[in-house]
Amino acid sequence: MDLNYTEEENAFLEEVRTFFAEKLPRQLSDKVRSGKRLTREDQEQWHAILNDAGYLNAHWPTEFGGQGWNAIQRDLFDVEANVAGAPRVVPFGVNMLSPVLMAFGSKEQQAHYLPRILDGTDWWCQGYSEPGAGSDLASLKMTAERQGDHYILNGQKTWTTLGQHADWIFCLVRTSKEGKPQEGISFILVDMKTPGVEVRPIILLEGTHEVNEVWFTDVKVPVENLVGEENKGWTYAKYLLVHERSGIAGVGDALASIDHLKHIARDQKKDGKPLADDPFFAARLSEIEIDLAAMRTTNMRVMQAASDGAPPGPQTSMLKIKGTELRQSINDLTRRALGPYAMPFVSEALETGYNEEPIGPDYANPVAVDYFNHRKTSIYGGSNEIQRNIISKMMMGL
Amino acid sequence: MDFNHTDDRRMLADMAGRLVRDQYDIEKRHKMAASDDGFSREMWAQMAELGLIGALFTEEAGGFGGAGFDIAVVFEELGRGLVVEPFLSNLLAGTILAGGNDSQKAVLEGVISGETLLALAHGEPASRYTLSHVGSTAVKSGDGYTLNGSKAVVISGDTADHLVVSARLSGDVEDKEGIALFLVPANADGVHARGYSTVDGYRAAEIALKDVSVSETAMVGDAHDAYANLETSFALGTLAVSAEALGAIEMCIDMTLEYLKTRKQFGVPIGKFQALQHRMADMMTEREQIRSAVINAAGNLDKADRDWNISALKNLVGRSGRMIAEESIQMHGGIAMTWEYAVGHFAKRIIMIDHMFGDVDHHLEQIIKFGRAA
Repeated sequence: MDLNYTEEENAFLEEVRTFFAEKLPRQLSDKVRSGKRLTREDQEQWHAILNDAGYLNAHWPTEFGGQGWNAIQRDLFDVEANVAGAPRVVPFGVNMLSPVLMAFGSKEQQAHYLPRILDGTDWWCQGYSEPGAGSDLASLKMTAERQGDHYILNGQKTWTTLGQHADWIFCLVRTSKEGKPQEGISFILVDMKTPGVEVRPIILLEGTHEVNEVWFTDVKVPVENLVGEENKGWTYAKYLLVHERSGIAGVGDALASIDHLKHIARDQKKDGKPLADDPFFAARLSEIEIDLAAMRTTNMRVMQAASDGAPPGPQTSMLKIKGTELRQSINDLTRRALGPYAMPFVSEALETGYNEEPIGPDYANPVAVDYFNHRKTSIYGGSNEIQRNIISKMMMGL
Repeated sequence: MDFNHTDDRRMLADMAGRLVRDQYDIEKRHKMAASDDGFSREMWAQMAELGLIGALFTEEAGGFGGAGFDIAVVFEELGRGLVVEPFLSNLLAGTILAGGNDSQKAVLEGVISGETLLALAHGEPASRYTLSHVGSTAVKSGDGYTLNGSKAVVISGDTADHLVVSARLSGDVEDKEGIALFLVPANADGVHARGYSTVDGYRAAEIALKDVSVSETAMVGDAHDAYANLETSFALGTLAVSAEALGAIEMCIDMTLEYLKTRKQFGVPIGKFQALQHRMADMMTEREQIRSAVINAAGNLDKADRDWNISALKNLVGRSGRMIAEESIQMHGGIAMTWEYAVGHFAKRIIMIDHMFGDVDHHLEQIIKFGRAA
């Protein structure tokens, strides 16, 4: 047992910190830190910088051009990225589709899609959820009917994050109604420009356009776009959910958010004294810090087990629950730290190039937006209730 | 980073675990707890033989361990058995004696070999959790000192052969300066211990010191260091009882899990009910959090943020430990309310540990203070 970083880990951290110091454009980190909306161009710029440095796919196996990073390295990188104020990498292509293609895709699919994901030619989004298939994902209804060399897709996907920017979408579709619902699902890749694909925005409760509905009407997709075998799509989707352990706890995001909160609490005044000195506020903040310190270690324990090749267990779900609840409690406390200045909201102020005088403190505008937006974290990626089901199923076997 | 124990430490944990599993069933434990001493001297001798006491002390002090993780793995196993032998009191007082003179170190050797028992008589009726609170006095008289005062809830204070007593040489009652520590034979004239059981089945004593004469060489270490030595002793003690709570928490969760799988109501195992499943999932998540906090505290014992990690641990153990203890009883239902069924005894230990070395609120306050200082 040793809580100190090894020499290799220290060298790794040094390398990564140097990278962020030298290569992360100030204009991007300023936007991230001040809670501004990132454009597709911002995302592409950062994506390209990461790719040039070989960090975009460093977690890929070496045979696919990655560096074979283990879970610990990925996690350390993630924390440093957050602390440095780097934009979050849009995960759909490089972190979600790619592992599935590497594990189950054909050689042709790998050779075609992986380089295009890396160089930014193709932007991907995810087509899993449907209006009637949320937590009960396996009940999804969108159909893919085989007709000669094509599948004909009909149905609707929803909650498609950044679908408005995407060139391609990977979808779970129903190819059979036989057997259990899980057994008739296939994994298929769809060009968003195909006739019959329509993207309609969903505006979230805080007013942002982040997610979409994607409608499919008689969309013709070549059979070679099927990944792996027909009716095995559920296995592929689960493979991803189960093996994606890095970053699930959001340690880096939590650390960056709590730093920001402390900054606000020193600046805000209560009865003429810094809010940070208020005993009630300090107690709430301290409790979060205590939980976060424990979660950092829980997270590293899970990452080490993953790096050592241990099969995924209920700990992944524990990290999802704890990580999201903790970050939500930081958002909540940050909102309360602002007092009445949590209320004013100038939507344009979240866009690049807004130069008018802020209303209230310059950090105030995005805080309540973040609070509301982050309510999603305990809902997406398998709601926290589903995570609790997973834990109890694994532990109790009932 | 490395979250695997060394082979030696794994062996130590296995050995302690085996002893608890094989020889420490709950019936036997209750019997030993109810005996005059409140523990078994035979068992204690066997534990000393196995090296479980020596594992708590550094080589310098005559032991062969003493690192945070040695203490943590031993106490976690003790917690799984609700072991009543006086590990804690000997850790607390022994840690202080390790900095003493040769004859005091010789006493510590006797502790490690299982022949001598110590207790730390520090807390007082009005001190609550304030470590610097010492109203007992040490007045210079001739070649030695005369001690007077009252010591409260002294863990294992009624069976100890020697007491390590804190008393004030100078200053106000809560000053950190002016405290001294003395090694006092428990049978010295003027020492009176009123022993009793605690609600969770351990032993403690109220100790009155009335004109107790001790020699100059009874002082342990330099009076200047007394407060820091107490801090160290309490840091180790807090780590120890927190790890012990973790062991008890594991038992609560194991028992509750088993019960959910076997107890049937409405024709199905009650673990089929989501209202219980989700609470169980939260209990298990918090258990992992507590384990992580134990690791953080044990791994930072000799670092600058020792006290932050110790307070973070104790706060979390108090907060989440209570949740787990209460939920274990609730999810069992009526059976957990009986003396015969073990889970209640583990729950009692977890809750009473919140009353040692500072509770949830005390340690939250410490964390706030550290935050201000930073």
